[in-house]
Amino acid sequence: MSPRFEPVVGRYLHIDLNGQPHRLYVEQAGEGIPLLCLHTAGADTRQYRAVMNDPEILRSFQVTAFDLPWHGKSSPPAGWHELEEYRLTAQAYVDTIVAVADALGLHRPVAMGCSIGGRIVLHLALEHPEKFRAVVGLQAGAHVDPYYDTQWLHRPDVHGGEVCAGVVSGLIGPAASDADRWETLWHYMQSGPGVFKGDLHFYKVDGDIRGRLAEIDARRCAVYLLTGEYDYSCTPEDTLEAAARIPGARATIMKGLGHFPMSESPADFLTHLRPVLSEIQASR
Amino acid sequence: MIESLPARVNADAALVRRGRFVQTTFLLAVGPQDWLVTVDGGRIVGVLKGPFVMPRWTFALRAPAEAWERFWAAQPPPGFHDVFALIKRRLLTAEGDLHPFMSNLFYFKGVLASLREGGRP
Repeated sequence: MSPRFEPVVGRYLHIDLNGQPHRLYVEQAGEGIPLLCLHTAGADTRQYRAVMNDPEILRSFQVTAFDLPWHGKSSPPAGWHELEEYRLTAQAYVDTIVAVADALGLHRPVAMGCSIGGRIVLHLALEHPEKFRAVVGLQAGAHVDPYYDTQWLHRPDVHGGEVCAGVVSGLIGPAASDADRWETLWHYMQSGPGVFKGDLHFYKVDGDIRGRLAEIDARRCAVYLLTGEYDYSCTPEDTLEAAARIPGARATIMKGLGHFPMSESPADFLTHLRPVLSEIQASR
Repeated sequence: MIESLPARVNADAALVRRGRFVQTTFLLAVGPQDWLVTVDGGRIVGVLKGPFVMPRWTFALRAPAEAWERFWAAQPPPGFHDVFALIKRRLLTAEGDLHPFMSNLFYFKGVLASLREGGRP
């Protein structure tokens, strides 16, 4: 009997980012319009396993996902142990995504990201509309007010995996199966020390894009926002408000889903994603 | 309902195991009504109803009765389905020494959710 492999192929990409060599983990599947997927804070590409295994999507899209430096199977740059702490900034995040897309030769990809990824695609649409044909923001809002002390996420006397997953567990909606819920949490449990907290620096401080939403031109780079109704981090109201301020942006609220739609309820999520991808495909 | 905490939690072997290192007394405020809950190795070993003259606790979780009521519904509405959702809505305050709470979040979320309608008696 032959082994049952998924169509997903994982490889390591060598690339210089911010003047330092990096080894990044990249997964790809399918053929067609490039679709670049960006994981949430403190997680990795495994969140997109359903998108990367959907035959309908793979017929028309070349799906790519990569682990950000420090995440998943992408190591931090050499010398990381001497840094006071890891902190993701909007500039470094944008530069990394553009550099990876260029290195992989992705021609005007669709950028789809969730949470911090949902926020950064708004930055991409604003700063690089010529490079991306469309952005899909999952759980995307312009800003999140801090509502808990993130120091708890990184201190040696609290287990980082337990506390990071414990903090986000309620963000998963009631539609999630136990298996998908706990796999989503497992990703959070595996994050390196301080990585989730460092990503939240972008999410809650540096990545605030409230003042610039109206500058995004959705005619040059289409903007689709999909948000789960049980997300209290990026709420449906946050998404609808952002969509109202971006001329031409379209928003959908996904019933029963939470903050990790592609990972917590993959089948439900795909019913929302497929029409968006069809529309993007039709407008090429 | 809070009086039923020992029966609900102690019958859940997985939850008790999750809290096997928890040794604390916390204050649960449901509107104006205070409760002191004592945990020993994941088992709830004491539930005292206030008012108290000189209560002693490690951390306190306080929210209006209506917020807890919606939180404890069998199918809580969005924004009322998790302790952190209540915190985000500025309905719940967590105060005191939060170390036992934050280092055992899954346990305490499980303890509070055990009071949901349809949960164990």
